[in-house]
Amino acid sequence: MSTYLALMGLFGTLSLLSIGGGNTVLPEMHLRAVADHHWLTDAQFADIFSISQAAPGPSILIVSLVGYAAGLQVAGVAGGLLGGLLATVAMVLPAALLMYLVTLSWQRAQRSKVRRAVEKGFAPLTVGLILATSLVMSRAADHDWRAYLLTAAATVIFVRTDTNPLLVVAAAAVLGYLGFV
Amino acid sequence: MSAPGGRVSLSDIAWTFNQIALASFGGGLSAWSRKIVVERKQWMGEEQFLLAMTMCRIMPGANQINLAVFVGAALRGAPGGAAAVLGLCLVPVALMLGLGFVYFTFKEVPAVSGALHGASAAAVAMTLAMVVKSGRKCLTGVVPVALFAAAFILNGVLRWPLLLTLAILAPLALIWAWPREDAQAS
Repeated sequence: MSTYLALMGLFGTLSLLSIGGGNTVLPEMHLRAVADHHWLTDAQFADIFSISQAAPGPSILIVSLVGYAAGLQVAGVAGGLLGGLLATVAMVLPAALLMYLVTLSWQRAQRSKVRRAVEKGFAPLTVGLILATSLVMSRAADHDWRAYLLTAAATVIFVRTDTNPLLVVAAAAVLGYLGFV
Repeated sequence: MSAPGGRVSLSDIAWTFNQIALASFGGGLSAWSRKIVVERKQWMGEEQFLLAMTMCRIMPGANQINLAVFVGAALRGAPGGAAAVLGLCLVPVALMLGLGFVYFTFKEVPAVSGALHGASAAAVAMTLAMVVKSGRKCLTGVVPVALFAAAFILNGVLRWPLLLTLAILAPLALIWAWPREDAQAS
């Protein structure tokens, strides 16, 4: 019981602290889950990080796995599943409610000058930030020149053609599986 | 709101975000969101979507979940936001718990690291394609190109924190984009 309360307390707090995205609270999450609570080991944390990055969906769902590990210690697989669900809800709900309130007030400002200026002015900034994200993603995945080449080719395909991106991602995965990148 | 025509159904919202989530194998969730929300479903215009992305990065919470809240709530209020978040998270959480079961039971996950490495190269490409497509629409002059380049260099190359980057660039962007009186008349 106390483990579940600790999970919800920890992730409910991290939810509201994760300004700038889920990645900003990963160091704190690692500290609490590994060093304080001993829910999982250092190596396990690194492994579930990779799993959560690669699996489909938001990468913040690493908290489902931390919750699973914590619950597993208390009550086996069923406890793990419960822990995973509780941790996820605790991580998602507070920030989502706050975002909802912000969206509401933003929708009310429909015709204001501020809103028009922000929408127009922030567009180029955001595109720059997205390009920054691509660079950071590429570095985090430890890409070499072959991966860069694959990225360049895939970019041309995405921009020039209307090919289903899933096909391209799948083809790239096969190339990676065969050891070409 | 730029959503055209009649009301979008809650199940459509949930299903769409479920598709976005499942398509993002290996990463590239934002690029998928834009492709489906702006291009395919046309629930939102380019500028509004881009702004939502930045708002979602500033606010606490995972960016993608925040974006789901924003899009869902803009379409259908609170139920829409809830439908979008559930759609985005439900299947991935189930999948994640399944993977957790495999990992903690057998201490390994099937050797897929090579495949994931390849997929991540394509995920980066999707994000780059998003830069090209969105950039074509909003990088239409010297000032926006300068803002774009400054944001990339400060946040991506020099790795300055997002909030610091925005504290410097956002005021400049707002001054540039503030509606002029003559533009209002049109």
